[in-house]
Amino acid sequence: MAIVLDPSQRWRLLAAHVFLIGLCLLVVFPFLVVLSVSLRPGNFATGSLIPDAISFEHWRYALGLPYQGPDGNLIEPELPVLRWLWNSVKVAGLSALIALLLSTTGAYALARMKFRGRDQVLSGLMLMQMFPAVLALVAIYAIFDRLGSAFPAFGIDSHWSLLLAYSGGIAGHVWTIKGYYDTIPYEVEEAAKVDGATSWQTFRLVLLPMALPILVVVFLLAFIGVLIEYPVASVLLNSDQNLTLAVGTKKFVAEHNFKWGDFAAVAILSGLPITAVFMLAQKWMIAGLTAGGIKG
Amino acid sequence: MNLSSLLRRHGAMLSLSIASAGMLYLATLLYTVGETLLAGTVLVMAALALWTYSSAKTMALRYLFPGIAAAAVFVVFPMVYTIAIGFTNYSSKNLLDFERARQYLLDETYSAPDARSFSLSLHADGHEFRLRLQDEEDESRRYLSQPLALAKARPLELALSEEKPGQLVLDEALPLKDVIARQAALKPLSLRLPEGDLLRLVSLRKFAPIKPRYTAQADGSLLDGTSGRRLVANFDSGYFETETGEQVQPGFKVNVGFEHYARIFTDAKFSQPFLRIFGWTVAFSGLTVLFAAGLGLLLAVLLNWESLRGRKVYQLLLFLPYAVPGFISILIFKGLFNQNLGEINMILEGLFGIRPAWFSDPLLAKVMLLTVNTWLGFPYMMIVCMGLIKSIPGDLYEASAVAGAGPLTNFFGITLPLILKPLTPLLISSFAFNFNNFVLITLLTGGRPDFLDIAVPAGTTDILVSYTFRMAFQDSGQQFGLASAISTVIFFIVGGITLLQMRYTKIAQTDQR
Repeated sequence: MAIVLDPSQRWRLLAAHVFLIGLCLLVVFPFLVVLSVSLRPGNFATGSLIPDAISFEHWRYALGLPYQGPDGNLIEPELPVLRWLWNSVKVAGLSALIALLLSTTGAYALARMKFRGRDQVLSGLMLMQMFPAVLALVAIYAIFDRLGSAFPAFGIDSHWSLLLAYSGGIAGHVWTIKGYYDTIPYEVEEAAKVDGATSWQTFRLVLLPMALPILVVVFLLAFIGVLIEYPVASVLLNSDQNLTLAVGTKKFVAEHNFKWGDFAAVAILSGLPITAVFMLAQKWMIAGLTAGGIKG
Repeated sequence: MNLSSLLRRHGAMLSLSIASAGMLYLATLLYTVGETLLAGTVLVMAALALWTYSSAKTMALRYLFPGIAAAAVFVVFPMVYTIAIGFTNYSSKNLLDFERARQYLLDETYSAPDARSFSLSLHADGHEFRLRLQDEEDESRRYLSQPLALAKARPLELALSEEKPGQLVLDEALPLKDVIARQAALKPLSLRLPEGDLLRLVSLRKFAPIKPRYTAQADGSLLDGTSGRRLVANFDSGYFETETGEQVQPGFKVNVGFEHYARIFTDAKFSQPFLRIFGWTVAFSGLTVLFAAGLGLLLAVLLNWESLRGRKVYQLLLFLPYAVPGFISILIFKGLFNQNLGEINMILEGLFGIRPAWFSDPLLAKVMLLTVNTWLGFPYMMIVCMGLIKSIPGDLYEASAVAGAGPLTNFFGITLPLILKPLTPLLISSFAFNFNNFVLITLLTGGRPDFLDIAVPAGTTDILVSYTFRMAFQDSGQQFGLASAISTVIFFIVGGITLLQMRYTKIAQTDQR
């Protein structure tokens, strides 16, 4: 496009820059405050954005190390943040693995095989995404409450129950992977079939290695999805030791026990890696976003 | 034929048989502990799996089955179950099945006031202990238990034997503090006397005979041994009741038909909050979509402007709210908006000398929610709109530039009309998402401040899902039935939105062709 700069355009550019810079400041402001608060001594300290005195007590708290209280005594942190982090990573890692296992195979059938009811399965999976699990919380609670009376390991307040509850949420992943399979030319698999490979061998040895990038992306997305899941975890878990990060972090900003400084350190400690991974995975996400993805 | 080739040939069959035997065992186990529904589910799943992996006609299903089964059991089934619970009186008062509630009553015991009692002394015997019970009225009658560890609290029935004088030399009785220390292990014990009476711990060191409080009668009613009253199960109210209609806890689950729906739509006590919350839910999601899409679209247009430098940096920074996990940014805002300690009020006080009560004033709380949700939601809209604008052919803008059109004419004449159609289904699904945006409401305001003029706990910033959550898991006695009924109503609303969305998706797609 030929660009002719006229004076009004220059003013408009300036206005756009001012607006965008202002908005960027609004976006970054909360994070800067949190960083500053995490370094200020005490939980109620107010002050400028650049702290006058730097103290690492909140970071010590977040990492589970004893820290020095206002009276000089060492205080043991009462909320097990690292434990929550570990719980979250454990549940998220396992359930992302399950999701990957279930959705790669399912997507293979949907992308490569012709069978009756295929379109119905696809639209059924699409439909499922419109109804979030939060609508069925009572039933989920009731199911695991009953399950627990038969098998305590799968009852309320256990990570296995959480894992089971998450294992069904594969609809979006199936669509993502199927979309990727569709872009891989079928000829290679056809050649393998002609050479006498069974459908499992074609899938396992020919298609899967070619689909590796999307498997990594789906794993990461499923991992993050579970890491930040709140409603189901908040209903199924209740003892302090068992909480996931998403449920536990709330305890820092309770009305009567406002630990602003400690929360800030925990937020950065847990939010930073998740954000970084998400930024890495989002490259592939953007393409899928316009296809009807919803942030969970 | 050697073993490995045998295994290769029949390995699949072998593992299938082992798996189905395992499932069958599981189903039996579940059935014996009384979880009939669960046992049935497992059985059906096992049968389906067996058919899928043994029939030759099910190639595609072999790959689909695990995923579909997981989705059916853990996503679809809870939805269906929610609808079913909506027709029952399931709540903290009516938690148990009828059989369980009946058993609970039958397990209740009482000790008759005039019965003889026994004083307890504990005697060490190696690492274990013997219980000695002495009849309080007749000094000569003593009973002894076998040695036991008394380490764990678990129900146990023990037979006692009568102690003959001089039969056994026991250690000194343990002091009271040691008896107290073992109360937890002593409480669940039932001691059977040689005559047949069953004894239980009734005070710190006293055992007395206990009797079941209720005895089942032939007609299904329960006879209360303490008062002689007769309890009859009432399957309309879900309670065991006396002749005078007095209800005895615990109640049991029964079907109540459309009672909850009648309450939601006709009983003012419930329809009032429902309608108000429904109104706010629609306003909240509609305004969120409007603000987020408006801001996102504006930014998308700006960031597609080629004369603007530094677009990559802006885009990266503006994407941040989408990348940071929601639960963290929402909680950050909860802190920032805190009335006394939050940074936002500190700035407002410095500039204008005001300290708004963001969490206790209904209107301000709503403003805060919309602000935060716009902050959270605009990056998604921005990215989506940028993609859509990129797909508009550039020669359209060239032609309009030749005609001397300004940026506003370009936007309203070319950009907006062309992206509106593909954008509409995304706006609708964003509306649906925010309609159920439970996490934001729960983490930021928890639905508060509550309505002051309504009897049920309901908040001015509650949306329908957070309202059902409070009903089921917080303030008001775990009303699972009523909460599920409201969830069912939400299902229908979401279903309607989905139909709308599918229609617009279809329109957008046919338009592309």
